[in-house]
Amino acid sequence: MREQPLGSTDPHPSDARRHARRLAWACIGITLISAPLAFWVLGPGLPPGTESFQDDNQVWVNRVILAFVLPIYLGICAAFIYSFFAFRDRGRAAGDAVPVADDPRVQRWWIVASAAVVVFLWAFGTYEWIWAGVGSGGGQGPVPLVRPDGETLEVQVIGQQWHFTYRYPSYGGMESPELILPQDRQIEMHVTSLDVVHSFWAVELGAKADAVPGFDNILYLEPLDPGAFEIKCAELCGLWHGQMYATGRILSPSEFDDWASDHRRATAQITGFLPDYAHVYFPQPEYRGS
Amino acid sequence: MSEIVGAAPARRERRFRPYNVITAAVLAVAGFAIGAATGSAISQGYGTVAGTDQNDVAIVLGFVVAVLAWLGGLGFYRYPLARLRGLEPGPFVDDRPSPGFWRYLELSTDNKVVGLQYLFTAVGLFLFGGINALMIRAQLLEPNGELWTQGQYLTIVGVHGSAMVAAMSSIALGGFGNYLVPIMVGAKRTALPRVQALGFWLTAAAVAVLVSSVVIGGWPTGWTGYVPLGIQARMGMDAYLVTFGLISIALFCTGLDLLVTIVTMRAPGLTWRRLPIFCWAVLATSMLMVFATPLLTAPVVMALLDRTVGTGFFVPGAGGSPYLWENLFWYFGHPEVYIMAIPAMGLVLEIVPVFSRKSLWGYLLAVVGLLGIAIVSFLVWQHHLFNSGINADLRPFYSLTTELVSFPTGFIWLVALGTIWRSKLRFSSPMLFSLAFFFNFLIGGISGVYLADVASNVTMHGSYFVQAHFHYTIMGGLVFALFGAIYYWTPLMSGLQLSERLAKWHFWTMFVAFNGTFLPLFAVGALGMPRRVTTYDTSLAFLNRFSSISSFLLGASILLFLANVVWSLVFVRRRAPQDPWGSRGVEWLVPRPIPTDNYDVIPHFNSDPYRYGDPTAPAVADLAPTESDA
Repeated sequence: MREQPLGSTDPHPSDARRHARRLAWACIGITLISAPLAFWVLGPGLPPGTESFQDDNQVWVNRVILAFVLPIYLGICAAFIYSFFAFRDRGRAAGDAVPVADDPRVQRWWIVASAAVVVFLWAFGTYEWIWAGVGSGGGQGPVPLVRPDGETLEVQVIGQQWHFTYRYPSYGGMESPELILPQDRQIEMHVTSLDVVHSFWAVELGAKADAVPGFDNILYLEPLDPGAFEIKCAELCGLWHGQMYATGRILSPSEFDDWASDHRRATAQITGFLPDYAHVYFPQPEYRGS
Repeated sequence: MSEIVGAAPARRERRFRPYNVITAAVLAVAGFAIGAATGSAISQGYGTVAGTDQNDVAIVLGFVVAVLAWLGGLGFYRYPLARLRGLEPGPFVDDRPSPGFWRYLELSTDNKVVGLQYLFTAVGLFLFGGINALMIRAQLLEPNGELWTQGQYLTIVGVHGSAMVAAMSSIALGGFGNYLVPIMVGAKRTALPRVQALGFWLTAAAVAVLVSSVVIGGWPTGWTGYVPLGIQARMGMDAYLVTFGLISIALFCTGLDLLVTIVTMRAPGLTWRRLPIFCWAVLATSMLMVFATPLLTAPVVMALLDRTVGTGFFVPGAGGSPYLWENLFWYFGHPEVYIMAIPAMGLVLEIVPVFSRKSLWGYLLAVVGLLGIAIVSFLVWQHHLFNSGINADLRPFYSLTTELVSFPTGFIWLVALGTIWRSKLRFSSPMLFSLAFFFNFLIGGISGVYLADVASNVTMHGSYFVQAHFHYTIMGGLVFALFGAIYYWTPLMSGLQLSERLAKWHFWTMFVAFNGTFLPLFAVGALGMPRRVTTYDTSLAFLNRFSSISSFLLGASILLFLANVVWSLVFVRRRAPQDPWGSRGVEWLVPRPIPTDNYDVIPHFNSDPYRYGDPTAPAVADLAPTESDA
């Protein structure tokens, strides 16, 4: 067994209570101030935004997490900083500190409390992701775990070095260089790639899915407000990865119908030359650039 | 042991010793030429080679033969060849170490020589990687900066990442682990000294190959080497793959040696409960190295085969899958980040009690925490693939395991708090760096909650938020812990004292500049800036500029450290007392300079090294035990 200095030798038990009481009050005060601050003041402004249902879900999750972790962070910092001032060796009495035994009660409380926070955050996050957030805008692979109820509009995202193109199978498989989405409809996006791994990231919509050649990666999205959003590639895909960005637009349902029928007519000739719509494509790639 | 240590017959001193870094380098260059010529000869006429300036077969064979020749030039084959021929192995290199500096340039089985070889190599690599980091931040001063071409920039990003990962995963165990663990456990050397040396010299070869990648055109994938981009890329990619292949074997060697050393070579009286906490951290880390790094060797070899002989492990449409690389790489890659984090926790927990003048509070909790992190780290790797399109059903599982990492990690904070609680704190430079670890790593850990949460991860993944997160754990955590350890153990390693005043300047400038560099990047990422880009939204210009300018100050603060080392160790050379910090650690009892065999006789341990303030505590170890003690 390990030799342990005995706690009963503590000559100043009142010191122990005094310091513990002060720190406890400080932590309570920090929590009472920082948790509401995180939730109500900072929280609503957190990324990614408010343009889609998935956005709202992520902002809500980020708010709740912040309301937990900010007090924890500040409380732990407070404990350290309090110790720095209270227990600084001022050189008055030479020698070492009074040995105090490990207090198993403190350890038990810490274990229980941290386990409870961890399990709560996980359960909350999983509930939000699966049930409340309908996948929260993340790519779920070819067989999604969660899908929204009702009709969806299928839109395909095709990544290639170094831009994304979009196909609309419900409009004859027409292809568009710009992503146009209708407001208030459930969008089922099928993300794939022709060459290397890209990642389709619609920043303000809170949507992200890797584009992997030969694989179909599905995400669900429900745009709420008409407006523009940014699209970026979030996976290093070669030389011009940094320039692989574009903007997309959300249109009101009637505007979207007008655009789609116009675009379908305008690109009908081109669509005829495209390969049939499919969830994955196997072009004959040059695996070796030169 | 005896066959290695055994008394060497008296030998005539020779002026020229054939086995050292110079012969190794000469043989490596010759080996590269032979390998490359062979590769050229056998791959002539193939479509992938004809008409291009790219020949992967030649360059890979060149690297492989060069590394084998490098090891031959260092004398690694002498011992196994002698044994194969049935000969008694000749006196080992150690028995006649070269005088002075030369012993650091040859194959050595002295754990302290290997430790310093690692330390200097890794610090050099850290500085090299740091210069690359500043080159990245210089590009990002402007939203549309044009400092580098796209290819140059991606190579800088890749070299920065690879150099830092290589340096940071080998410095803690390779440097401090090799140097300190045998002394701390009361052993004359490590259990597998030739494996230990092999680890270092493979790392050195990996550094050379990594640097050569810049010469042959760089590579575009960053340190993660994602395929199919990694199959598409040009010859610089081969250098990246060979580098990580060598690093993975080197980490395996280092981990295996230290694992066996701690388990089997503890001196009498050094029970598991008396083991210094740093040794526990090394034990946990070495398990990760032994069980995780082979999972890097495998995909590296597969990618090299894809690139050279046209197998299709990772080629979609040829029966392969990019997910295979992603899974194997991150199955290694996530334990890898704990290979960098756990030793840092061990280092700071070793230092904090000394400057608290108080026993390590909750020793058992710390041990459980370190081992717990190591075990859980094997179960979390798919949180790197939350949006990748891999089967989504297991996402709640990986989310849970990832959040669970914070549970044992929290123990480390409680142990530190319990140790400084009602202590007598002394804010010397090692203590300042160790305490900064707890502040920085806490931000890194807490930001990890956002990445563990599947919903929140959608936006944060692949953005600068991730970049800031892991820099807070590695730079803010491990690098601060390492500087603390360097300031703490330099008197032991050199017998000289570093300037405390410069050390404090170094600390405060580094702490402020580090936070100034990486704190804004959380916001930059969450607001939509992906990693590894050359351009960004003009709305993010202020935050990026703030980060870049702070990073230059961070570089300047590292220069203060270098100035301190040069000034104190080369010019001032103030002798350090035997135990400058008043530590109870056994390493401070050993006479200096520390003998090649560390101890004349195996010591007997009487206590754990943390019993500060206990007048009844015996000396931690008896260096000249009588028979009855054992």
